[in-house]
Amino acid sequence: MEFLRFLLRRVLWSLLVLIGLSIVIFIIARAVPGDPARMALGPTATQEQVADLQQKLGLDRPIVEQYGLFIVGLAHGDLGRSLLTERPVNDDIRDTFAATLELVLATIFIAVLIGVPLGVVAAYWKDRWPDNVVRIVAIFSAVTPSFFLALLLQILAGYVLHILPTTGRLPPNFDFAPSHTGLVLIDALIAGRPDAFLEGLRYLLLPAIALAAATMGQMARITRSSMIDVSSQDYIEASRAFGVPEWIRVCKYMLRPSFVPPLTILGLEFASLIGNAFVVELVFAWPGMAAYGIRTILQKDLNAVMGVVMVSGVFFVLVNLVIDLLVGLVDPRVRIRGSRQ
Amino acid sequence: MSEALLSVRDLSVEFTTYGRTLPVLRGVNLDVPARSHVALVGESGSGKTVTMKSIMGLLHMPPASISSGTILYDGRDLLTMSRRERLKLTGTDMSMVFQDPMSSLNPVFTIADQMSTILKYADRRLGRSRSGRERMQRVLEVLAQVRMREPERVARSYPIMLSGGMRQRVLIAMALLSEPRLLIADEPGTALDVTTQAQILKLLKDLVEERGLALLMITHNLGVVRETSDYVYVMHKGVVVEEAKTADLFASPKVDYTRSLIDAVPRLTGARPTLPVEAAP
Repeated sequence: MEFLRFLLRRVLWSLLVLIGLSIVIFIIARAVPGDPARMALGPTATQEQVADLQQKLGLDRPIVEQYGLFIVGLAHGDLGRSLLTERPVNDDIRDTFAATLELVLATIFIAVLIGVPLGVVAAYWKDRWPDNVVRIVAIFSAVTPSFFLALLLQILAGYVLHILPTTGRLPPNFDFAPSHTGLVLIDALIAGRPDAFLEGLRYLLLPAIALAAATMGQMARITRSSMIDVSSQDYIEASRAFGVPEWIRVCKYMLRPSFVPPLTILGLEFASLIGNAFVVELVFAWPGMAAYGIRTILQKDLNAVMGVVMVSGVFFVLVNLVIDLLVGLVDPRVRIRGSRQ
Repeated sequence: MSEALLSVRDLSVEFTTYGRTLPVLRGVNLDVPARSHVALVGESGSGKTVTMKSIMGLLHMPPASISSGTILYDGRDLLTMSRRERLKLTGTDMSMVFQDPMSSLNPVFTIADQMSTILKYADRRLGRSRSGRERMQRVLEVLAQVRMREPERVARSYPIMLSGGMRQRVLIAMALLSEPRLLIADEPGTALDVTTQAQILKLLKDLVEERGLALLMITHNLGVVRETSDYVYVMHKGVVVEEAKTADLFASPKVDYTRSLIDAVPRLTGARPTLPVEAAP
């Protein structure tokens, strides 16, 4: 019960945060120098044409009124039209969101599946060579900029070794379209197309690794320190005295209480993950929402920018809600007390 | 006293940190005959916990190392037997009651989960097997033995849902799971309030007497020594400085250190004692 109330409170707070986010971004997007209408029409357009478009976009009205119109549209699920693609922003986001979602999910999958075991290994052999190796790997992967890693992987795997494709989501002219969820791997499984699954995986691998490295390093570091913390707890000593085998002690009694900090960090990392996805999507020509977002920002495509930011915000909030739920599952203390700490 | 269930002979333990080696135990001798109640008393840093850890095989080596001595259990040396053989004894035939009920239970697993895991692997080491249902039955049985009124509810609970006294009783139940012959108790209840601690000690004493277990009580509290033991070893700076029947020790302590320990116990009546124990530098 306490836990439900806790989650409900989080949801309400998140709504407030999202409203705040929309106001801030709305103002910032308009405060940046440059006239969207002029940028869309180009230098050869006449003053009348620009004024005409400004009026059409509602840019001549007071900013409060503009915001009001935006909110009314949002309430109807309408994000307006994009100046860049000249299509409804809704359609643009629908077409690109799944690609970003797939990339980000694969990234989290890799980061957790590799980072957490690395952290466990490092903690188990603390201050011995496996720990040193993991610490070096974790530091390097955490500090390497994702654009650099993306280019490096592209050159290595694509041009030198020729083992993995470097751009896109699927081979050109490949007769498969992700039509159920929009996620290539999932849809390939649903459609029973192992060939499409494999191709999708080949294309997904490099961008996902490039994006995952930083988060993986973080996961390894946090898991390590959290495991070391737990390993000196009395209850671990007690399980030793009762003769519980080593692997149960490490993989069950130590890992589960250690899992809350990495989970929490993962939720926070999510924001920078979407940020880094911009870069990785551009490098790998990944047709995702992050790359779409950056193109629209450069064009001052106001409706599209608002749309991308709001969708990212909701995404972030949802992910963190899921993480709150998971934390509650992992640690009964959170469930019972209805809060962390 | 070779018929003792547990017999520690000439045990010396050193700790090596930052290149310096410090002797922590220097030739400790100690006997716990079957069905006897023995206390090991000493101040913090006297070596009583290291002695206990050496017996239970809980020393972290390094930094610790056992430089000499034997620990005979049932006539067999724990220090020279194979790890496998030793694990057949620890947590089963010789078991331990932990000190701090607030931190000795894993916060993220239910009591039933933790206890049946202990039982499962104890059974496995001894070459026995029990179904999950039988294990659960045994867990509930032992919880009832430590006077839990609602064993099922306690078993389903996470530690945070139980009071300190209840958690301490769970810790006792854990030690009893595989029917040990020797129970080593590390100051059980010190973390609890005085009334609850008294109840816990009473319970422990009753259980030990009912089942004819040998008890080695590790404590710094002379009141606990008096309550729970018939024979007592006094440790100071890694050496057993005095051993005697409990009644004799209190009546006529032979060593100055013991006398100062006894005098240091706060009294509710009589003249205010001077402080005979020199403050540590």
